[in-house]
Order: sequence, then structure tokens, then C-alpha cells
Amino acid sequence: MSRAFSMSVLLVVAAMSAVQPAGAETFGQIMDEFAESARSTPGFQGFSAANGEQFFKATHGNDWSCASCHTENPASSGKHAKTSKLIKPMAPLVNPERFTDPAKVEKWFKRNCNDVLERACTAQEKGDVLTYLLTINK
Amino acid sequence: MSIDFGSALRMFAAVVLLGGVMSVAQADDDEHEGGRRSVATNAAWQAECGECHVAFPPRLLPAASWREMMAGLDKHFGTDASLEAPVAQEIGAFLEQHASRRKIDPAAKPLLRISETRWFVREHDEVPQRVWKNPLVKSPSNCAACHTEAESGDYRERNIRMPK
Repeated sequence: MSRAFSMSVLLVVAAMSAVQPAGAETFGQIMDEFAESARSTPGFQGFSAANGEQFFKATHGNDWSCASCHTENPASSGKHAKTSKLIKPMAPLVNPERFTDPAKVEKWFKRNCNDVLERACTAQEKGDVLTYLLTINK
Repeated sequence: MSIDFGSALRMFAAVVLLGGVMSVAQADDDEHEGGRRSVATNAAWQAECGECHVAFPPRLLPAASWREMMAGLDKHFGTDASLEAPVAQEIGAFLEQHASRRKIDPAAKPLLRISETRWFVREHDEVPQRVWKNPLVKSPSNCAACHTEAESGDYRERNIRMPK
């Protein structure tokens, strides 16, 4: 990850912590765990919002992408592709409840990666997606 | 202190007992499926099942159906809805405790879709095809499309509004 980029992520986390101390702290912890886990893969170069965006919007072997339910804009509400139930925005700057509960994050990555990729996501993929989501504010 | 420990304990016991009696009364509700008295609740059931769809009332399916449903959450009608074991066990126990008590053929494969039960089909036989096909309805599992108070467990006729 470029130094400028890691700096901007830090700044956003710092900005969140001004408003939502608990949320930002948990978000940071979740990201730290993904980074810790991804570092064990050779060639790990940090997380990338661009890769996260591409991952979020692409299909991965079946009909669904993350965007199928969450829409192409993570600042918008989405709806469940099968049941049409409302899904609140994924971007933490729009919906500060996001990524404040590590167990919930784990539960949903497990389910949704199985649905979209038919496998578990790597720490790199999860870290990229969260890095991308953190850049979205409208 | 004006209330001693003994009387506080008795009050607590009375409240617990009353709660138990009320939950038994709520569960004994086979005659009124889909009606007003659909109030058996559990916080984990509401939170987890209600995350993707209305948390369907437990008495709409027999215990054998709920058991099979909870055993196959990783392949739940085409999506992975898996839960950690402790919360799955709590929800499973709640669903079975308040399940329908209608007699079912023990040899038959348990129904998993509420919309395939005879009760559901009969209750909805007057709903026109165009309503089912309306994009705002989309699926018979979308109770809240017409049952405006479904989120709170209220399926009474007076609160039905079919989308035009």
C-alpha cells in the first residue's frame, strides 16, 4: 500500500473516531486482524481500495456480485436479491453501525463469500473491500 | 431499605411464574395461525431470522420442519444463512417449542416452505395472480408486501394492503 494511501485511511479512521469512538476502534481492530492474517501470504503489499471496488462490483463465477444486493454504490441502501428486504448502506461514513461488531463481520463475510464466490474470502480480499468501503462517503 | 430480600425474591418469583404462564398461553395457538395472537418471541430469532426476511412465526411449521431447516442453514433456499452453533441451538429450541402441533405424517419429508403448507395455500387462495407477480411482492415469502404489520407478528385481515 502506498504511504499516501495508508495515510488517507488513517485520516478517515481518525475522522470517524472523532464522531464514533467505539465504531472506529472496532473498525481499526478488524482491519488489523485482516492485515495480520494477510501478511502471512508472500508478496502482501497492503490493502487497495481500487482492488476492493473491483472485487465488490464483479461477479466471481456465478450470477451474484456484492453489488447484486448492496448496489453499485455502498452509500445507498440495497435490497436482498431473493427476499427484497432492505439492506442499510455498507459505507461506514454513511452508516456508522457498520463494522462495529467483529462477530457480525465474520458471520456475513462467511455467508456472502459462499454465495458470491462459492468459497471463503481471503484476508486480502476482505481487507481490500473494507478499505474501499471506507473511502465512500456519498 | 423498605423491601427486604425475602419479599423481593417472592416478587421476582411471581413475575417469572406469570411470564411462564403467559408464554404457554401464547404458544397454544394452533387454531389461529396467521391471526392476531402470534406473539411468541425470542430476541435471537427476531434478530437473526429477521435480518433477511420477516422472522416467520414458529407455529407456521411443525417441529420436524424447523429441525430440518436449522440443520441446513448453510444452504437455506439458495443462500448461506449459517449461524454459530450456540445461537442456532437457541433459535432451534424456540422454534420447536412454539411450533405447529397439527398432526403430520411422520413418514413424509418435512415441508420447509411455509407457502407449501395446506394452511398457507387455503388462506391465500383468493389472492389474484397479478398480486403474486407484482414486483413489489415478488415472492410468497415477502409477507410484509401485503401484511403491513408482519414485522410485529400481526397478520390480521384489517392490516392487509395488497400493492396495486
